[in-house]
This record gives sequence, structure tokens and C-alpha cells, in this order.
Amino acid sequence: MRYNSDNFMKKPEHPLNGLIRKDRIPHIWCSGCGIGTVFSSCLTSIKNSGLDLNKFAMVSGIGCSGRAAGYVKLDSFHTTHGRAIPFATGLKLANTDLNVIVFSGDGDLFAIGGNHFIHAARRNMDITVICVNNFIYGMTGGQVAATTPHSAISTTTPFGNPESPFNLPLLAYASGATYVARWTMLHVRDLTESIGEALSRKGFSFIEILSPCPINYGRRNKKLPMEILKMYQENTIIKNNADPAELDIDFERGVILGKFIDKDRPTYTENYDKICRSTQNV
Amino acid sequence: MNFWRVPLDTNEIDVVHGEVHIIDDRCKGCGYCIEFCPRHILEFSLQFNAKGYHPPVVKNFKDCVNCHYCEVICPEFAIFSVEVDEPPVV
Repeated sequence: MRYNSDNFMKKPEHPLNGLIRKDRIPHIWCSGCGIGTVFSSCLTSIKNSGLDLNKFAMVSGIGCSGRAAGYVKLDSFHTTHGRAIPFATGLKLANTDLNVIVFSGDGDLFAIGGNHFIHAARRNMDITVICVNNFIYGMTGGQVAATTPHSAISTTTPFGNPESPFNLPLLAYASGATYVARWTMLHVRDLTESIGEALSRKGFSFIEILSPCPINYGRRNKKLPMEILKMYQENTIIKNNADPAELDIDFERGVILGKFIDKDRPTYTENYDKICRSTQNV
Repeated sequence: MNFWRVPLDTNEIDVVHGEVHIIDDRCKGCGYCIEFCPRHILEFSLQFNAKGYHPPVVKNFKDCVNCHYCEVICPEFAIFSVEVDEPPVV
């Protein structure tokens, strides 16, 4: 029988051990959940960015992915439901040197915090929003969310979801985000690169990551996590600079991934300094 | 590795060797590393870890090319690889 031996001469450490709170690992996310992969990809980007780790702050809302703030060994805050972006906005305005990352889920950012999202994008706040989209309210027991695909089964839509889901990159683009990308948790290397790019850009950066929820979405819709990953591998098309209007999630037709928007626009801080803090107004 | 057509400079290329380390008690047995390893060097162990999952175990030590894909796909921070000069003899 094969087993993992402990007799390596000197046991190396996991490369991300310095950035996670080891005493809290293993984390609460279910077996097969993609949030852990997205989280580790985010930490790798932070590590690779070469920026001072004391200048990072991670904010998350409520939900499975909201737990990320508790596992990261950086300044972090686990806010109330939907209010991750307002909290991050306050952090950024009070200390403009900080790199503020909002790590949260689709329900938190687009249903409960939907208004905050569009207004932060409109103002072009200099924050990076990482949205783990698992198509469902996972933590509360699998209720239908604003991103649940049409006709999918959830606890509150036992006959299938009659509603249409949000097209998140289109929403972000229309609200004025300056960096918009979408990846799945299987495309980890592209995702890590994309998060690194988003961190280096000023302005409102938004990355949507499709991720399997094996328990509350997959089990009800008869999809094993491995099947979902195979679907991410086979039914996705990487098309950078695609038109945001054609980015609806439809695995039959193929889901379009890539970097869609990367433009430059004055941030809120710059505009505020120019209008309200200029010498002629004082 | 089976090539459809053997590249002309195959003999000149140094293939990097890697050594996979698995932290058994962090694993939740999702099997992503086993399924998506490009060299298929991992398999489920027959042993249980503290939480009752079967962690992966390396079956072909010499085939690891230190691509780190198991490390980046693992949602549990439970597996990583380091570069070694020679594949370990176990």
C-alpha cells in the first residue's frame, strides 16, 4: 500500500503558509468547492505582486466566500451582508496607500450589495473586486440567487428557476468599471495573472470567477464537482476583448472567458482631490 | 510522454524533476489534483486522514515535472511541489 512518507530529509513548507492563518486550516469550504482555489490564486497574486504586504487589506461580505477574510494573514475585515464594497470604499478613502481587495460572493456583491457595486463602479473607486460566482446562496441552504441560471433547481425554485440571471461583466462594464475579466476556477494560471493585473491597475477592477458549489447547487442539479470542472474545460471559450453584451452564461453554447475591459479613467480619489481639495477652493 | 511527432531537440532539453509534498490532514479528497495532473502521477491513497478522507499519494515519483498545477488547483493548501535535481528513489 502506498502512503505519504514523513521521512523527507527536511520538510519544506507550503509556499502560501506565510499568508494564511494555519491554525484555522482546514477551512470550512466543502470538498470540491472552488472558493479555496480562487483564494489561493488571490494569495499567490498578492505574493507575486511584490508590494508591501502591510499595504494590503482584504474585505469580504457574508457567505461562504466571505470566510476568506478570516483565513488570510493580512489586515482583513468580515463585514455585514452586502456591505463589503462600502467598507472598502471607506478604507481606501481614509488611507489611499492601501491596496484594497474585496473578496466576496455573487449573492453578497450583486443581490444584497448590488447598489453598492454599481455606485462604486460609477465613481471608479480604486479597489479590486473578486467575485466568486457559484450560482447559488450556498451558505444559507441553496436558495435562488441573482446569478442562478434559468431553469436551475434550488431549494426555493424546486421546479426550476423562472428568472434570468445577471450578466455580471456587462453590469460592471455598464456601471463604469475600468478592468473587467471572467475566469473559472479551473483556469488558475490565467486567473492568477488576471488578479495580478487588476491589482496593478488603478480604478475599479472586477473579476468574476465561476466556481462549483458541489453541495447546494451541484447536488440539486445532478452535477458532480468533477463534471462541472470538465464542463469548464470543454465548454468555455477564451476570447479577450469580447463584447460584454454577449457574455451570458450558457454552457450549451459555451461560456466566454477572458479579459474584456481594460481602460483608463480618472479614479474617485483623483477627481475628489482635483475638485474639492484644489488650492483655489480653499 | 507520447508525442505525435518527436520534437527535433528532445535530446537536448533538460526535463525538470519535481517532488510532490502532500499535507494529509488538510486534504478533503476532492480529487482535482489526481484528475488534472498532466502526467497522471497521483492516485487516491487507501489510508484515511484525520477527517476520514483519502488523500492523494504519488504513484510515479520520477514522472513529476514540477509544473505546480496540483499546487494551484488544490483548494485546501494541501499539496505542493518543489524542484529537485534527481527524482527521489522510494
